[in-house]
Amino acid sequence: MAPSVATPPPERPQAAPPQGKAPTKAVEGSSTWSMLDRIGLAFCWALGLLFCAIAVAIVVYLFLQGVKFLKLDQLTTPAATGFSETETGGFSDALIGTIIVAVMGISLALPVGIAIAVWLVEYGRPAPLARVTELTIEAIAGIPSIVLALFGTVIFSSTALGFLSRSNEGVVFGRSFFAAAAMLSLVALPLVVASTRQGLESIPRHVREASYAVGKTKAATIRRILLPTARPQVATGMILGLGRIIGDTAIILVLLGATQNFAPVEGAVFPFDYLRGAGTTLTNFVYEASPTGNLNQPQKAYAAAFVLLLMVLGLNAAADLVHRRARKAGTWSH
Amino acid sequence: MEEELQPEYGPKWSDQRVERMLGALVIFVVGLLLAMIAVVLIRAWPSFAHNGLAWFGPGGDVDDELNAISLSGQNGTEYVWTFHAWPLIWSTILITGGAVICGLVSALFVSVFIVEFAPTWMSNVLQPVVRFLASVPSVIYGLLGVLVLVPFIGNQLITEPQKASVAGVISLTGYSLLAAVLVLTVMIAPLMVSIFTDGLRAVKPGWVEGSLALGVNRWRTTWKIAVRAARPAIVAGTVLAVARAIGESVMLAMLSGSVGFAPNPADGLIFIYEPSRPLAPTIVKNVDQLSSKPANATLFAIAAVLLFSAAFCSFAGWMARRAMRKYGAA
Repeated sequence: MAPSVATPPPERPQAAPPQGKAPTKAVEGSSTWSMLDRIGLAFCWALGLLFCAIAVAIVVYLFLQGVKFLKLDQLTTPAATGFSETETGGFSDALIGTIIVAVMGISLALPVGIAIAVWLVEYGRPAPLARVTELTIEAIAGIPSIVLALFGTVIFSSTALGFLSRSNEGVVFGRSFFAAAAMLSLVALPLVVASTRQGLESIPRHVREASYAVGKTKAATIRRILLPTARPQVATGMILGLGRIIGDTAIILVLLGATQNFAPVEGAVFPFDYLRGAGTTLTNFVYEASPTGNLNQPQKAYAAAFVLLLMVLGLNAAADLVHRRARKAGTWSH
Repeated sequence: MEEELQPEYGPKWSDQRVERMLGALVIFVVGLLLAMIAVVLIRAWPSFAHNGLAWFGPGGDVDDELNAISLSGQNGTEYVWTFHAWPLIWSTILITGGAVICGLVSALFVSVFIVEFAPTWMSNVLQPVVRFLASVPSVIYGLLGVLVLVPFIGNQLITEPQKASVAGVISLTGYSLLAAVLVLTVMIAPLMVSIFTDGLRAVKPGWVEGSLALGVNRWRTTWKIAVRAARPAIVAGTVLAVARAIGESVMLAMLSGSVGFAPNPADGLIFIYEPSRPLAPTIVKNVDQLSSKPANATLFAIAAVLLFSAAFCSFAGWMARRAMRKYGAA
């Protein structure tokens, strides 16, 4: 892809006759710069190429390892106990767990995030509360996810919320898909808010005024005009949030469980027995299967990491697609 | 159009009501954050109260102290509280500091490159690359670090005499400050690049053009005018990266070596090969002990320190970004 040597951009001949070939660039080349400036530019190129090289190395390396170690039956068999990597099954529970957590987390973060963004842009009164809200969203974005996870143990181990996880003789276990998804939605929330807000703010004022002028209420304007217009940004926020949710490990480790299988709660109705029980996700599986984890099955860790990377790449591609479509459709945003 | 004739947004969805409902939700989220701060502080209080300021100081082996604390909670004997977190704090400072310095330098050059100097095809490649690097889950960075970088450092970079020279104190296996800092740099630099490029793009073109018109070359103009004008963005990006680095737990739990040891720069360059364990991975590694009451308080105390450092960084970043908005940027 990129040239292998870090060379400065093509230099223009210094004494080019003006009537000769037209200058290719409207800006000056680096030929007239002092040595130090040119070294700096070369450094820029080197770092830029290094970034590309790291990204390519991650993708190519994981791809090679994934192709080598990923067996299709790993995607359909749950983990089992055994002594060698051939006996321990696959990671289907982890794969399903990732999807469950992503769906639950985003379906909580999306409405709340949109509502907060709408309030911030369209209402935002009283002003001090708006400042405090902005700051709160920034703070939630900055809080380490391990702290969110510990907070989650306090909330979901309370007896009042015992119905959301396994409880035994009054002691609430506090680990469940509900607990993990609720805390993970906080991880995704700031991204949804920021993106939706950007979308709403880029809609010109006259659009709202036109809507009011034909007699729509503010609520109807938001619902029928503003949110549909900001849909690409909402989608972008959702995709970014999903990426953050499926990539998080700390919250899963603390709030979902140390097992590699689903542990449904007995006696509950179908979806809830699984959702109330402990489980696992791909990130948790990779963590435990790495040499520093409890399982130590590096081959399977590579396979699971490859699947996880494919999901992340897919989400990135989706975000790009949404972005490009929105641009082409010629909304006010860009 | 028909629905506009129906009172769809009548009394049930009147503006006042919608505003009140949204306001209530906003207050709920703000309240949730306050509740979180309160809960973490209340849970952490016993640990701070028993240790006083010595909590942050050095003394004893942290891992032994943590073991004693969690054992005392399980055995039902009198609770042990003694905890001196300095090695963990020092490790956090070293790793975060190292990664943020490396990340700041590389992110600054890369974002200047993307905005100003790269040919179009190159910046079209670099932008998705940066976005991709920012979105790779930390556990994948950790896995690659453990299986690729750590063996490389342990087998190729650290020499036998170096291993022998510290053999009595600590064993050098490749799980090291160096590995942690390198991988953390790759994780936080993209975050900085995205904020820096936003700031650089928002610099008023007139300022740059003025400098160019005076005959200053593009390189110097960029660094003297554009980068300086984008300073709020650079501050904002840096503090957000600091917050991310402080809170990074899983990748560091895998790469830092997980030993409660404080590498000493005074020992010479060998300290970058020494293992340690920052604050956040300590919580991850001891999460099974949450049921032991004194261990629970100690872990929440660590969480409180993380929460406050991160909250401080977010606040600083927010202030910097507000300043940016005032200047018409961002």
